Amino acid sequence: MSIGLVTAAYIAASVLFILALGGLSNQESAKRAIWYGIVGMAIAIVATVSGPQMDIGAVLIVMMAIGAVVGVIVAQRVQMTGMPQLVAALHSFVGLAAVFIGINSDLTAHHFASDAEEVIHEVEIFIGVFIGAITFTGSIIAYAKLAGSISGNALILPGRHVWNVLMAGASIVLLVLYMQDASADTFSWQLYLMTAIAFVVGAHLVMAIGGADMPVVVSMLNSYSGWAAAATGFLLGNDLLIVTGALVGSSGAILSYIMCKAMNRHFLSVILGGFGGQKGPAMEIEGEQIAIDADGVASALDDADSVIIVPGYGMAVAQAQQSVSELTKRLRARGKEVRFGIHPVAGRLPGHMNVLLAEARVPYDIVLEMDEINDDFPETDVVMIIGSNDIVNPAAQEDPNSPIAGMPVLEVWKAKQVFVSKRGQGTGYSGIENPLFFKENTRMFYGDAKASLDSLLTRIS
Amino acid sequence: MKIGTPKESFAGENRVAMTPASALALQKLGYECVIQSGAGMGARFSDQEYKDAGVEVVKTAAALWKAADIVAKVRPLEGATEEKRVRKGQTVISFFYPAQNEAQLKLMKSAGANYIAMDMVPRISRAQKMDALSSMANIAGYRAVIEASNNFGRFFTGQITAAGKVPPAKVLIVGAGVAGLAAIGAATSLGAITLAFDVRPEVAEQIESMGAEFVYLDFAEEAQDGAATGGYAAVSSPEFREAQLAKFRELAPEVDIVITTALIPGRDAPKLWLKDMVEAMKPGSVVIDLAAERGGNCDLTVMDEKIETKNGVTIVGYTDFPSRMATQSSTLYANNIRHMMDDLTPEKDGVVVHNMEDDVIRGATVTFEGDVTFPPPPPKVQAIAAKKPTAPELTPEEKSALEAAAMKKSGMQQTLMLIAGGAVMLLIGAYAPASFMQHFIVFVLSVFIGFQVIWNVSHALHTPLMAITNAISGIIILGALLQIGSDNKLVLILAAISVLIATINVVGGFMVTRRMLQMFQKS
Repeated sequence: MSIGLVTAAYIAASVLFILALGGLSNQESAKRAIWYGIVGMAIAIVATVSGPQMDIGAVLIVMMAIGAVVGVIVAQRVQMTGMPQLVAALHSFVGLAAVFIGINSDLTAHHFASDAEEVIHEVEIFIGVFIGAITFTGSIIAYAKLAGSISGNALILPGRHVWNVLMAGASIVLLVLYMQDASADTFSWQLYLMTAIAFVVGAHLVMAIGGADMPVVVSMLNSYSGWAAAATGFLLGNDLLIVTGALVGSSGAILSYIMCKAMNRHFLSVILGGFGGQKGPAMEIEGEQIAIDADGVASALDDADSVIIVPGYGMAVAQAQQSVSELTKRLRARGKEVRFGIHPVAGRLPGHMNVLLAEARVPYDIVLEMDEINDDFPETDVVMIIGSNDIVNPAAQEDPNSPIAGMPVLEVWKAKQVFVSKRGQGTGYSGIENPLFFKENTRMFYGDAKASLDSLLTRIS
Repeated sequence: MKIGTPKESFAGENRVAMTPASALALQKLGYECVIQSGAGMGARFSDQEYKDAGVEVVKTAAALWKAADIVAKVRPLEGATEEKRVRKGQTVISFFYPAQNEAQLKLMKSAGANYIAMDMVPRISRAQKMDALSSMANIAGYRAVIEASNNFGRFFTGQITAAGKVPPAKVLIVGAGVAGLAAIGAATSLGAITLAFDVRPEVAEQIESMGAEFVYLDFAEEAQDGAATGGYAAVSSPEFREAQLAKFRELAPEVDIVITTALIPGRDAPKLWLKDMVEAMKPGSVVIDLAAERGGNCDLTVMDEKIETKNGVTIVGYTDFPSRMATQSSTLYANNIRHMMDDLTPEKDGVVVHNMEDDVIRGATVTFEGDVTFPPPPPKVQAIAAKKPTAPELTPEEKSALEAAAMKKSGMQQTLMLIAGGAVMLLIGAYAPASFMQHFIVFVLSVFIGFQVIWNVSHALHTPLMAITNAISGIIILGALLQIGSDNKLVLILAAISVLIATINVVGGFMVTRRMLQMFQKS
């Protein structure tokens, strides 16, 4: 294939990728969109492989075959509750590949028409490796946190901002040193040292971010992996890489923005970790938490005409989505209106709850977003809260001193009756009391979400 | 222990405090039930039905009072005969109105009875199931509309028939408590145009939810907060009253039916529908005064009677609306009693535990073990959460001004951003070689396309979006593919690893996205 043909194939692939992302605007067109993506990727790879100056070696074929088999196995084995971990793990691969490609480029000899081109090339290597390295270690830490192999709590080192600034400064100094004596023959210790520093920065950044902020972190890493690909594209002068990287990068950035907005927090304060300081004493909560058993919940559901279920991370942890789906099916069969209210940051991944409910065959047209359903709570008979806490905390609206003040929340307390399925009396991720649990129309349905729902199912036929 | 219900001795009272159904429930709490023969007749419950429900039927009231440890009634004790029957340690439950009934309160104290006044049940959420005032008011409100319709010569609903056009009736309801809201519901469902007024502006929402139109007063100062008075209305200032009466005067010629339900706890009913308003009404109009027992909201009301004025307006001053629907009101009242017994019997073993620490029981008890326990201390739980001060509503002008300012600000910001961005571009363009700029243009445009496309992605599909972007960010494989032909061994190895992991990314990402998308299905 000539360069012209390869470029034409790249254009086709870019268009297909854009269509693939655009198709996700609704569930039906999304099923078609995925094929655009697959075809686009196939065109891109075939065109590159059959392009000029390429010899298809055995190594290439073997590597791709192994990769494809591993990919298929992973994709089929993964549980839907394990999606956040998988996504994080896959991000780390892109990061690592970007690091390797950057280093390779440094090892390979180049000829430059001008000094400016050489400078740009070196800066590109540095940026590509830097972003790739942050993405790599950041994603690995995110993976470990999501998979529960390390604690989800935020690790706050003393003077962590100073450390970050110092490490960033050191990387810039190394860049300057690197540009002064870079050639393919010399050993580029500056590049490797910087890579090591970037690894530390990535790990440190994500370590400082706690469990409930994970949706932001995952989408941010998604964004980084895109920018890493784009930087690699500049490095290799490959437009398709630039286009795709930019698409992915902006996609991740928008997702992070949406998540931050849903928590009423600034992107920077999430990324830099930890909650802002409390502005004053929290509002006193009056009343007591009143428990209820499965019989009570069943009879209330029996009398209700409209029910809204608000799932949270607790549902994912207890793997209760099938039971929720069964409950929904039975209630709907009795002519009750059952809907789901999904907060944008429920779960550990943007859209996490939607995927879990879809897996359990809950029809997507009864699964609604916060803004769509918030006005309907006053007319709702029963709200079932399954493993969510901060996203239904009225303190966000009522208590200006609360750490989550101003965060948009689902206004479940306006419903006639609220049942909260919860393991115990503990607080949510943010560690603040939830006045909802003390409201007069709230009853606490203690126990593991799945066990509680199953005992409820025996009483509702 | 034994619960007994005598026949109501008040003339014309048809209600009864125990029904066969409530007796069954009381037996489940461990009580034995006894009833005076014929007590349920007015409400159409025969002695046989009580017997079938396992209730012992006794002949006389005297025998009943003797047999029962707990006596449940509807009306307060009537005259000396009934008062004398109360014995020491007996629990008596009925309406009592302790504020107006001081003599009897002392009498019950000296008799040593534990008296629970159903009208004193505090208005908190937990006690709603025993709030007999509300359940009776609900019936009264409904019945008031039926009574009005009975005395009104026209349809409630507007119709256009072959024989001519019928205008809909216009109903004004004054006081949107439980009775008022029930009346709104009944009148609206009969098809009338319903207007409603209340001194508490916060009930406007409830009124509108029942389908009536709230009559707003053009009066700024007096915004009563019902929360301060336990959900009831309080006395209003003279200026407010004037504004209110002026509004009524304006409405009087228009409305066909007026139902007044305005009561202030512990006081005579406020006069709201004055003589001149009645005179201004059209002939054939009807006024139903639900406050007749406490003097009436209307100047001309005669208690317990229906009168017609000279200009043909019917004014109904009945005080026994619940009794006129005795079957319904007895069922509800008996349930209220049963719920009260439920709270009094925590062990469900048929033994009364008169827990004076309990807000509800403490509030409703007026005499206990030889002491007068009225008035009760304020309940620990407030009836309605205190209203929080809210920011004043913005006028439309202020709103549009704010919006314009925000628009201007964002416009300014955008301009600044564009200028800054342009400057950066120029700076890069001045130094960077042409080949870099060509790639750069592609990059910037792609970012823009990305932003435009991603905003449209549905929230529900954010996880598939992440998975698919993950898959396509595996495009980095191209970089590795271009390097894999290198002679340098290290480069070759690194490139090979890159190809491997990028392929996992591509294949895994697409597969998992497909799996997820397939799960989404419509109902």
